[in-house]
Amino acid sequence: MRLTDRVLPVVTVLSVGALLVGLIWGFFFTPDDYKQGSTVKIIYLHVPSALMAINAWLMMFVASLIWLIRRHHVSALAARAAAPIGVTMTLIALFTGAIWGQPMWGTYWAWDPRLTSFMILFVFYLGYIALWAAIEDQDTAADLTSVLCLVGSIFALLSRYAVNFWNQGLHQGASLSVDSAQPVDNVFRYPLFVSMAGFMFLFVALVLLRTRTEIRSRRMAALIARERSA
Amino acid sequence: MIALLKRDLKLALRSGGGFGLSLAFFLIVVMFVPFGVGPNSATLALIAPGILWVGALLASLLSLDRVFQLDFEDGTLDLMATSPLPLEGVVAIKALTHWLTTGLPLSLAAPVLGALLSLPNDAFLWMFVSLLIGTPALSFLGAFGAAITVGLKRGGLLLSLLVLPLYIPSLIFGAQSVTLIMEGLDNATAFALSAAISLLSFAIVPFAAAYAIKVNIR
Repeated sequence: MRLTDRVLPVVTVLSVGALLVGLIWGFFFTPDDYKQGSTVKIIYLHVPSALMAINAWLMMFVASLIWLIRRHHVSALAARAAAPIGVTMTLIALFTGAIWGQPMWGTYWAWDPRLTSFMILFVFYLGYIALWAAIEDQDTAADLTSVLCLVGSIFALLSRYAVNFWNQGLHQGASLSVDSAQPVDNVFRYPLFVSMAGFMFLFVALVLLRTRTEIRSRRMAALIARERSA
Repeated sequence: MIALLKRDLKLALRSGGGFGLSLAFFLIVVMFVPFGVGPNSATLALIAPGILWVGALLASLLSLDRVFQLDFEDGTLDLMATSPLPLEGVVAIKALTHWLTTGLPLSLAAPVLGALLSLPNDAFLWMFVSLLIGTPALSFLGAFGAAITVGLKRGGLLLSLLVLPLYIPSLIFGAQSVTLIMEGLDNATAFALSAAISLLSFAIVPFAAAYAIKVNIR
Protein backbone atom coordinates (compact mmCIF):
# COMPACT_ATOMS: atom_id res chain seq x y z
CA MET A 1 0.00 0.00 0.00
CA ARG A 2 2.83 2.38 0.78
CA LEU A 3 4.30 1.92 -2.66
CA THR A 4 1.00 2.61 -4.35
CA ASP A 5 0.40 5.52 -1.99
CA ARG A 6 3.32 7.18 -3.65
CA VAL A 7 2.79 5.85 -7.14
CA LEU A 8 -0.92 6.49 -7.57
CA PRO A 9 -0.89 10.30 -7.57
CA VAL A 10 1.99 10.30 -10.04
CA VAL A 11 0.22 7.93 -12.39
CA THR A 12 -3.02 9.88 -12.10
CA VAL A 13 -1.34 13.13 -12.99
CA LEU A 14 0.48 11.46 -15.88
CA SER A 15 -2.75 10.00 -17.21
CA VAL A 16 -4.74 13.21 -16.96
CA GLY A 17 -1.89 15.13 -18.52
CA ALA A 18 -1.33 12.72 -21.37
CA LEU A 19 -5.04 12.43 -22.05
CA LEU A 20 -5.55 16.19 -22.12
CA VAL A 21 -2.53 16.78 -24.32
CA GLY A 22 -3.24 13.90 -26.65
CA LEU A 23 -6.93 14.54 -27.08
CA ILE A 24 -6.82 18.30 -27.37
CA TRP A 25 -3.83 18.17 -29.71
CA GLY A 26 -5.48 15.43 -31.72
CA PHE A 27 -8.93 16.91 -31.95
CA PHE A 28 -8.12 20.57 -32.38
CA PHE A 29 -4.60 20.98 -33.63
CA THR A 30 -4.33 18.45 -36.42
CA PRO A 31 -5.49 19.12 -39.95
CA ASP A 32 -8.49 17.37 -41.43
CA ASP A 33 -7.69 14.23 -43.36
CA TYR A 34 -8.02 14.74 -47.13
CA LYS A 35 -10.18 11.66 -47.48
CA GLN A 36 -12.10 11.42 -44.24
CA GLY A 37 -12.47 14.99 -43.13
CA SER A 38 -12.58 15.53 -39.43
CA THR A 39 -14.28 12.27 -38.54
CA VAL A 40 -10.93 10.49 -38.46
CA LYS A 41 -10.14 12.28 -35.24
CA ILE A 42 -12.22 9.84 -33.30
CA ILE A 43 -9.19 7.58 -33.76
CA TYR A 44 -7.74 9.27 -30.69
CA LEU A 45 -10.45 7.69 -28.57
CA HIS A 46 -11.07 4.56 -30.56
CA VAL A 47 -7.60 3.09 -30.95
CA PRO A 48 -6.36 3.64 -27.38
CA SER A 49 -9.52 2.23 -25.83
CA ALA A 50 -9.36 -0.80 -28.10
CA LEU A 51 -5.73 -1.28 -27.16
CA MET A 52 -6.52 -1.12 -23.46
CA ALA A 53 -9.49 -3.45 -23.82
CA ILE A 54 -7.15 -6.18 -25.02
CA ASN A 55 -4.44 -5.29 -22.55
CA ALA A 56 -6.86 -5.38 -19.66
CA TRP A 57 -7.80 -8.94 -20.52
CA LEU A 58 -4.10 -9.88 -20.81
CA MET A 59 -3.47 -8.37 -17.41
CA MET A 60 -6.38 -10.35 -15.99
CA PHE A 61 -4.93 -13.50 -17.54
CA VAL A 62 -1.55 -12.94 -15.90
CA ALA A 63 -3.13 -12.00 -12.58
CA SER A 64 -5.30 -15.14 -12.68
CA LEU A 65 -2.23 -17.27 -13.33
CA ILE A 66 -0.42 -15.66 -10.42
CA TRP A 67 -3.39 -16.30 -8.14
CA LEU A 68 -3.64 -19.95 -9.13
CA ILE A 69 0.08 -20.58 -8.76
CA ARG A 70 1.13 -18.35 -5.88
CA ARG A 71 -2.23 -17.62 -4.25
CA HIS A 72 -1.27 -14.03 -3.72
CA HIS A 73 -4.52 -12.33 -2.81
CA VAL A 74 -3.67 -8.99 -4.36
CA SER A 75 -3.42 -10.51 -7.81
CA ALA A 76 -6.93 -11.94 -7.53
CA LEU A 77 -8.21 -8.57 -6.37
CA ALA A 78 -6.36 -6.81 -9.17
CA ALA A 79 -7.92 -9.10 -11.76
CA ARG A 80 -11.34 -8.45 -10.28
CA ALA A 81 -10.67 -4.72 -10.28
CA ALA A 82 -9.45 -4.64 -13.87
CA ALA A 83 -12.49 -6.35 -15.36
CA PRO A 84 -15.01 -3.48 -15.22
CA ILE A 85 -12.38 -1.11 -16.60
CA GLY A 86 -11.71 -3.53 -19.45
CA VAL A 87 -15.38 -3.93 -20.25
CA THR A 88 -15.84 -0.16 -20.32
CA MET A 89 -12.86 0.21 -22.65
CA THR A 90 -14.41 -2.42 -24.91
CA LEU A 91 -17.69 -0.55 -24.91
CA ILE A 92 -15.95 2.73 -25.70
CA ALA A 93 -14.12 1.04 -28.55
CA LEU A 94 -17.33 -0.48 -29.91
CA PHE A 95 -19.32 2.75 -29.65
CA THR A 96 -16.64 5.08 -31.00
CA GLY A 97 -16.12 2.59 -33.78
CA ALA A 98 -19.81 2.70 -34.60
CA ILE A 99 -19.82 6.50 -34.52
CA TRP A 100 -16.83 6.49 -36.85
CA GLY A 101 -18.37 3.86 -39.06
CA GLN A 102 -21.52 5.74 -39.90
CA PRO A 103 -19.90 8.63 -41.82
CA MET A 104 -17.04 6.45 -43.06
CA TRP A 105 -18.74 3.32 -44.32
CA GLY A 106 -22.38 4.31 -44.14
CA THR A 107 -23.18 1.78 -41.45
CA TYR A 108 -22.92 1.62 -37.70
CA TRP A 109 -21.93 -2.00 -37.66
CA ALA A 110 -20.47 -4.66 -39.94
CA TRP A 111 -19.51 -8.21 -39.10
CA ASP A 112 -15.90 -7.47 -39.94
CA PRO A 113 -13.45 -9.82 -38.11
CA ARG A 114 -12.06 -7.09 -35.92
CA LEU A 115 -15.43 -5.76 -34.80
CA THR A 116 -16.78 -9.25 -34.25
CA SER A 117 -13.76 -10.18 -32.14
CA PHE A 118 -14.39 -7.15 -29.97
CA MET A 119 -18.01 -8.08 -29.51
CA ILE A 120 -16.91 -11.55 -28.43
CA LEU A 121 -14.38 -10.05 -26.04
CA PHE A 122 -17.17 -7.95 -24.55
CA VAL A 123 -19.23 -11.05 -23.84
CA PHE A 124 -16.26 -12.81 -22.25
CA TYR A 125 -15.80 -9.85 -19.93
CA LEU A 126 -19.48 -9.95 -18.99
CA GLY A 127 -19.25 -13.61 -18.05
CA TYR A 128 -16.18 -13.01 -15.92
CA ILE A 129 -17.75 -10.10 -14.04
CA ALA A 130 -20.99 -12.02 -13.57
CA LEU A 131 -19.16 -14.97 -12.05
CA TRP A 132 -17.36 -12.79 -9.51
CA ALA A 133 -20.69 -11.30 -8.53
CA ALA A 134 -22.45 -14.63 -8.21
CA ILE A 135 -20.23 -16.33 -5.64
CA GLU A 136 -20.16 -15.39 -1.98
CA ASP A 137 -16.96 -16.92 -0.70
CA GLN A 138 -14.19 -14.69 -2.01
CA ASP A 139 -11.49 -17.33 -2.25
CA THR A 140 -13.78 -19.70 -4.13
CA ALA A 141 -14.77 -16.85 -6.42
CA ALA A 142 -11.12 -16.02 -7.04
CA ASP A 143 -10.36 -19.64 -7.92
CA LEU A 144 -13.30 -20.11 -10.24
CA THR A 145 -12.92 -16.80 -12.03
CA SER A 146 -9.21 -17.49 -12.54
CA VAL A 147 -9.94 -20.82 -14.19
CA LEU A 148 -12.62 -19.16 -16.28
CA CYS A 149 -10.17 -16.47 -17.36
CA LEU A 150 -7.59 -19.05 -18.39
CA VAL A 151 -9.96 -21.28 -20.35
CA GLY A 152 -11.71 -18.20 -21.68
CA SER A 153 -8.43 -16.77 -22.95
CA ILE A 154 -7.78 -19.89 -24.99
CA PHE A 155 -11.20 -19.70 -26.56
CA ALA A 156 -11.08 -15.95 -27.02
CA LEU A 157 -7.91 -16.45 -29.04
CA LEU A 158 -9.51 -19.31 -30.94
CA SER A 159 -12.53 -17.13 -31.65
CA ARG A 160 -10.32 -14.45 -33.09
CA TYR A 161 -8.96 -16.84 -35.68
CA ALA A 162 -12.30 -18.53 -36.21
CA VAL A 163 -13.84 -15.16 -36.99
CA ASN A 164 -11.07 -14.39 -39.48
CA PHE A 165 -11.82 -17.68 -41.18
CA TRP A 166 -15.53 -17.05 -41.05
CA ASN A 167 -15.30 -13.69 -42.67
CA GLN A 168 -12.51 -14.03 -45.15
CA GLY A 169 -14.80 -15.08 -47.92
CA LEU A 170 -16.68 -11.80 -47.78
CA HIS A 171 -14.15 -9.05 -47.17
CA GLN A 172 -10.76 -9.81 -48.60
CA GLY A 173 -8.24 -8.17 -46.36
CA ALA A 174 -9.04 -5.55 -43.80
CA SER A 175 -10.52 -3.12 -46.26
CA LEU A 176 -12.71 -1.66 -43.57
CA SER A 177 -10.03 -0.80 -41.07
CA VAL A 178 -8.19 2.39 -41.67
CA ASP A 179 -4.92 1.66 -39.95
CA SER A 180 -4.14 -1.34 -42.11
CA ALA A 181 -3.55 0.09 -45.56
CA GLN A 182 -1.97 3.52 -45.45
CA PRO A 183 0.65 4.29 -42.85
CA VAL A 184 -0.70 6.89 -40.49
CA ASP A 185 0.81 10.27 -41.26
CA ASN A 186 3.26 11.81 -38.82
CA VAL A 187 0.84 14.58 -38.10
CA PHE A 188 -1.65 12.12 -36.72
CA ARG A 189 0.86 9.72 -35.26
CA TYR A 190 2.22 11.70 -32.33
CA PRO A 191 -1.05 12.79 -30.76
CA LEU A 192 -2.16 9.18 -31.16
CA PHE A 193 0.84 7.93 -29.22
CA VAL A 194 0.25 10.50 -26.51
CA SER A 195 -3.39 9.51 -26.33
CA MET A 196 -2.46 5.84 -26.11
CA ALA A 197 -0.06 6.61 -23.30
CA GLY A 198 -2.81 8.57 -21.61
CA PHE A 199 -5.22 5.65 -21.77
CA MET A 200 -2.56 3.29 -20.50
CA PHE A 201 -1.79 5.47 -17.51
CA LEU A 202 -5.52 5.85 -16.94
CA PHE A 203 -5.91 2.10 -16.85
CA VAL A 204 -3.04 1.70 -14.40
CA ALA A 205 -4.38 4.48 -12.19
CA LEU A 206 -7.89 3.04 -12.15
CA VAL A 207 -6.71 -0.50 -11.46
CA LEU A 208 -4.51 0.71 -8.61
CA LEU A 209 -7.36 2.75 -7.18
CA ARG A 210 -9.85 -0.08 -7.38
CA THR A 211 -7.45 -2.69 -6.03
CA ARG A 212 -6.61 -0.49 -3.07
CA THR A 213 -10.32 -0.09 -2.43
CA GLU A 214 -10.82 -3.85 -2.58
CA ILE A 215 -7.94 -4.40 -0.16
CA ARG A 216 -9.36 -1.85 2.24
CA SER A 217 -12.82 -3.37 2.07
CA ARG A 218 -11.38 -6.80 2.81
CA ARG A 219 -9.50 -5.42 5.78
CA MET A 220 -12.68 -3.83 7.04
CA ALA A 221 -14.59 -7.06 6.64
CA ALA A 222 -11.88 -8.90 8.55
CA LEU A 223 -11.95 -6.34 11.34
CA ILE A 224 -15.71 -6.54 11.61
CA ALA A 225 -15.58 -10.32 11.69
CA ARG A 226 -12.95 -10.23 14.38
CA GLU A 227 -15.03 -7.80 16.43
CA ARG A 228 -18.04 -10.02 16.17
CA SER A 229 -16.24 -13.12 17.28
CA ALA A 230 -14.33 -11.40 20.08
CA MET B 1 -15.37 -45.65 -15.04
CA ILE B 2 -17.58 -47.88 -17.14
CA ALA B 3 -19.80 -48.42 -14.13
CA LEU B 4 -20.14 -44.67 -13.72
CA LEU B 5 -20.97 -44.34 -17.41
CA LYS B 6 -23.66 -46.99 -17.17
CA ARG B 7 -25.11 -45.41 -14.05
CA ASP B 8 -25.27 -41.95 -15.53
CA LEU B 9 -26.75 -43.21 -18.76
CA LYS B 10 -29.41 -45.10 -16.87
CA LEU B 11 -30.25 -42.03 -14.84
CA ALA B 12 -30.43 -39.85 -17.90
CA LEU B 13 -32.59 -42.23 -19.88
CA ARG B 14 -35.11 -42.80 -17.14
CA SER B 15 -38.40 -40.99 -17.16
CA GLY B 16 -37.21 -38.14 -14.94
CA GLY B 17 -34.00 -37.82 -16.89
CA GLY B 18 -35.04 -35.28 -19.49
CA PHE B 19 -33.76 -37.34 -22.38
CA GLY B 20 -36.36 -36.46 -24.99
CA LEU B 21 -36.60 -32.88 -23.89
CA SER B 22 -33.53 -31.61 -25.74
CA LEU B 23 -34.79 -33.24 -28.92
CA ALA B 24 -38.19 -31.64 -28.46
CA PHE B 25 -36.58 -28.28 -27.81
CA PHE B 26 -34.47 -28.66 -30.93
CA LEU B 27 -37.59 -29.37 -32.97
CA ILE B 28 -39.42 -26.38 -31.56
CA VAL B 29 -36.54 -23.98 -32.15
CA VAL B 30 -36.16 -25.18 -35.71
CA MET B 31 -39.90 -24.79 -36.24
CA PHE B 32 -39.77 -21.23 -34.96
CA VAL B 33 -37.35 -20.06 -37.59
CA PRO B 34 -39.72 -20.18 -40.56
CA PHE B 35 -42.33 -18.40 -38.46
CA GLY B 36 -39.87 -15.65 -37.78
CA VAL B 37 -38.12 -15.44 -41.11
CA GLY B 38 -40.81 -16.39 -43.61
CA PRO B 39 -41.38 -19.66 -45.44
CA ASN B 40 -39.30 -18.81 -48.52
CA SER B 41 -37.32 -21.97 -49.32
CA ALA B 42 -34.33 -20.19 -50.74
CA THR B 43 -33.83 -18.09 -47.61
CA LEU B 44 -34.31 -21.05 -45.35
CA ALA B 45 -31.86 -23.20 -47.27
CA LEU B 46 -29.24 -20.47 -46.91
CA ILE B 47 -29.57 -20.25 -43.15
CA ALA B 48 -30.39 -23.89 -42.42
CA PRO B 49 -26.92 -25.06 -41.33
CA GLY B 50 -26.51 -22.11 -39.01
CA ILE B 51 -29.98 -22.52 -37.51
CA LEU B 52 -29.49 -26.22 -36.97
CA TRP B 53 -26.18 -25.56 -35.27
CA VAL B 54 -27.60 -22.79 -33.08
CA GLY B 55 -30.53 -25.01 -32.17
CA ALA B 56 -28.21 -27.87 -31.26
CA LEU B 57 -26.14 -25.50 -29.21
CA LEU B 58 -29.10 -24.19 -27.24
CA ALA B 59 -30.54 -27.66 -26.75
CA SER B 60 -27.18 -28.80 -25.41
CA LEU B 61 -27.16 -25.89 -23.03
CA LEU B 62 -30.49 -26.83 -21.51
CA SER B 63 -29.44 -30.20 -20.23
CA LEU B 64 -26.14 -29.01 -18.77
CA ASP B 65 -27.67 -28.43 -15.36
CA ARG B 66 -28.01 -32.10 -14.70
CA VAL B 67 -24.37 -32.93 -15.44
CA PHE B 68 -23.17 -32.26 -11.92
CA GLN B 69 -25.98 -30.57 -10.05
CA LEU B 70 -27.95 -33.64 -9.02
CA ASP B 71 -24.90 -35.41 -7.69
CA PHE B 72 -23.76 -32.27 -5.93
CA GLU B 73 -27.08 -31.86 -4.18
CA ASP B 74 -27.24 -35.30 -2.67
CA GLY B 75 -23.56 -35.56 -1.81
CA THR B 76 -22.61 -38.10 -4.44
CA LEU B 77 -20.12 -35.68 -5.93
CA ASP B 78 -18.26 -35.56 -2.62
CA LEU B 79 -18.08 -39.35 -2.66
CA MET B 80 -16.80 -39.32 -6.21
CA ALA B 81 -14.17 -36.76 -5.31
CA THR B 82 -12.83 -38.94 -2.51
CA SER B 83 -13.00 -42.19 -4.46
CA PRO B 84 -9.96 -43.81 -6.11
CA LEU B 85 -11.34 -42.77 -9.48
CA PRO B 86 -9.70 -39.44 -10.39
CA LEU B 87 -12.10 -36.52 -10.59
CA GLU B 88 -10.88 -35.78 -14.11
CA GLY B 89 -12.18 -39.22 -15.12
CA VAL B 90 -15.52 -38.47 -13.49
CA VAL B 91 -15.79 -35.23 -15.44
CA ALA B 92 -14.89 -36.96 -18.70
CA ILE B 93 -17.47 -39.68 -18.16
CA LYS B 94 -20.19 -37.20 -17.27
CA ALA B 95 -19.42 -35.08 -20.30
CA LEU B 96 -19.46 -38.21 -22.44
CA THR B 97 -22.86 -39.13 -20.98
CA HIS B 98 -24.13 -35.68 -21.82
CA TRP B 99 -22.93 -36.10 -25.38
CA LEU B 100 -24.48 -39.55 -25.73
CA THR B 101 -27.82 -38.30 -24.48
CA THR B 102 -27.83 -34.89 -26.15
CA GLY B 103 -25.22 -34.36 -28.87
CA LEU B 104 -25.61 -37.73 -30.53
CA PRO B 105 -29.42 -37.70 -30.76
CA LEU B 106 -29.30 -34.10 -31.99
CA SER B 107 -26.85 -35.04 -34.74
CA LEU B 108 -29.15 -37.84 -35.83
CA ALA B 109 -32.19 -35.58 -35.77
CA ALA B 110 -30.52 -32.73 -37.64
CA PRO B 111 -30.91 -34.01 -41.20
CA VAL B 112 -34.57 -34.77 -40.52
CA LEU B 113 -35.14 -31.26 -39.19
CA GLY B 114 -33.03 -29.94 -42.05
CA ALA B 115 -35.75 -31.09 -44.38
CA LEU B 116 -38.06 -28.65 -42.58
CA LEU B 117 -35.63 -25.88 -43.42
CA SER B 118 -35.17 -26.84 -47.07
CA LEU B 119 -31.62 -28.04 -46.45
CA PRO B 120 -30.41 -29.46 -49.78
CA ASN B 121 -30.43 -33.25 -49.86
CA ASP B 122 -26.72 -33.63 -50.50
CA ALA B 123 -25.97 -31.58 -47.39
CA PHE B 124 -27.81 -34.01 -45.14
CA LEU B 125 -24.83 -36.26 -44.55
CA TRP B 126 -22.48 -33.36 -43.91
CA MET B 127 -24.97 -31.83 -41.48
CA PHE B 128 -25.00 -35.06 -39.51
CA VAL B 129 -21.23 -35.45 -39.59
CA SER B 130 -20.49 -31.84 -38.73
CA LEU B 131 -22.74 -32.01 -35.69
CA LEU B 132 -21.41 -35.44 -34.74
CA ILE B 133 -17.85 -34.17 -34.70
CA GLY B 134 -18.61 -30.76 -33.24
CA THR B 135 -21.05 -31.57 -30.44
CA PRO B 136 -18.46 -33.28 -28.19
CA ALA B 137 -16.90 -29.82 -27.82
CA LEU B 138 -20.30 -28.51 -26.72
CA SER B 139 -20.69 -31.25 -24.14
CA PHE B 140 -17.21 -30.88 -22.73
CA LEU B 141 -17.22 -27.10 -22.62
CA GLY B 142 -20.68 -27.28 -21.13
CA ALA B 143 -19.38 -29.61 -18.46
CA PHE B 144 -16.72 -27.03 -17.68
CA GLY B 145 -19.37 -24.36 -17.22
CA ALA B 146 -21.47 -26.75 -15.14
CA ALA B 147 -18.49 -27.50 -12.91
CA ILE B 148 -17.91 -23.81 -12.31
CA THR B 149 -21.51 -23.09 -11.40
CA VAL B 150 -22.28 -26.32 -9.57
CA GLY B 151 -22.27 -24.61 -6.19
CA LEU B 152 -24.85 -22.02 -7.20
CA LYS B 153 -28.50 -22.68 -6.59
CA ARG B 154 -29.93 -20.88 -9.58
CA GLY B 155 -26.90 -20.82 -11.80
CA GLY B 156 -28.75 -21.62 -15.03
CA LEU B 157 -28.57 -18.21 -16.67
CA LEU B 158 -25.03 -17.58 -15.48
CA LEU B 159 -24.11 -20.97 -16.91
CA SER B 160 -25.43 -19.86 -20.30
CA LEU B 161 -23.51 -16.59 -20.13
CA LEU B 162 -20.29 -18.40 -19.29
CA VAL B 163 -20.61 -21.23 -21.77
CA LEU B 164 -22.04 -19.59 -24.88
CA PRO B 165 -18.96 -17.46 -25.66
CA LEU B 166 -16.89 -20.63 -25.42
CA TYR B 167 -19.15 -22.19 -28.03
CA ILE B 168 -18.48 -19.54 -30.66
CA PRO B 169 -15.53 -21.20 -32.45
CA SER B 170 -17.37 -24.55 -32.57
CA LEU B 171 -20.41 -22.84 -34.01
CA ILE B 172 -18.42 -20.98 -36.62
CA PHE B 173 -16.46 -23.96 -37.87
CA GLY B 174 -19.35 -26.39 -37.58
CA ALA B 175 -21.81 -24.28 -39.52
CA GLN B 176 -19.13 -23.33 -42.04
CA SER B 177 -18.29 -26.97 -42.75
CA VAL B 178 -21.82 -27.43 -44.06
CA THR B 179 -22.28 -24.03 -45.69
CA LEU B 180 -19.05 -24.37 -47.67
CA ILE B 181 -20.19 -27.73 -49.02
CA MET B 182 -23.49 -26.17 -50.03
CA GLU B 183 -21.61 -23.47 -51.92
CA GLY B 184 -19.51 -26.08 -53.69
CA LEU B 185 -16.30 -25.13 -51.88
CA ASP B 186 -13.87 -27.31 -49.98
CA ASN B 187 -14.66 -27.57 -46.30
CA ALA B 188 -11.62 -29.53 -45.14
CA THR B 189 -10.22 -26.67 -43.06
CA ALA B 190 -13.46 -25.91 -41.29
CA PHE B 191 -14.14 -29.56 -40.61
CA ALA B 192 -10.64 -30.26 -39.35
CA LEU B 193 -10.75 -27.24 -37.07
CA SER B 194 -14.14 -28.26 -35.74
CA ALA B 195 -12.74 -31.67 -34.90
CA ALA B 196 -9.67 -30.03 -33.41
CA ILE B 197 -11.80 -27.94 -31.06
CA SER B 198 -13.62 -31.04 -29.90
CA LEU B 199 -10.33 -32.75 -29.20
CA LEU B 200 -8.94 -29.66 -27.51
CA SER B 201 -11.90 -29.38 -25.16
CA PHE B 202 -11.70 -33.11 -24.46
CA ALA B 203 -8.08 -32.59 -23.47
CA ILE B 204 -8.40 -29.44 -21.37
CA VAL B 205 -11.82 -29.58 -19.76
CA PRO B 206 -11.40 -32.60 -17.46
CA PHE B 207 -8.53 -30.87 -15.68
CA ALA B 208 -10.10 -27.44 -15.51
CA ALA B 209 -13.50 -28.79 -14.47
CA ALA B 210 -12.04 -31.15 -11.86
CA TYR B 211 -10.26 -28.19 -10.31
CA ALA B 212 -13.47 -26.17 -10.32
CA ILE B 213 -15.39 -29.02 -8.67
CA LYS B 214 -12.76 -29.42 -5.99
CA VAL B 215 -13.01 -25.71 -5.29
CA ASN B 216 -16.78 -25.89 -5.11
CA ILE B 217 -17.03 -28.83 -2.74
CA ARG B 218 -14.45 -27.48 -0.30
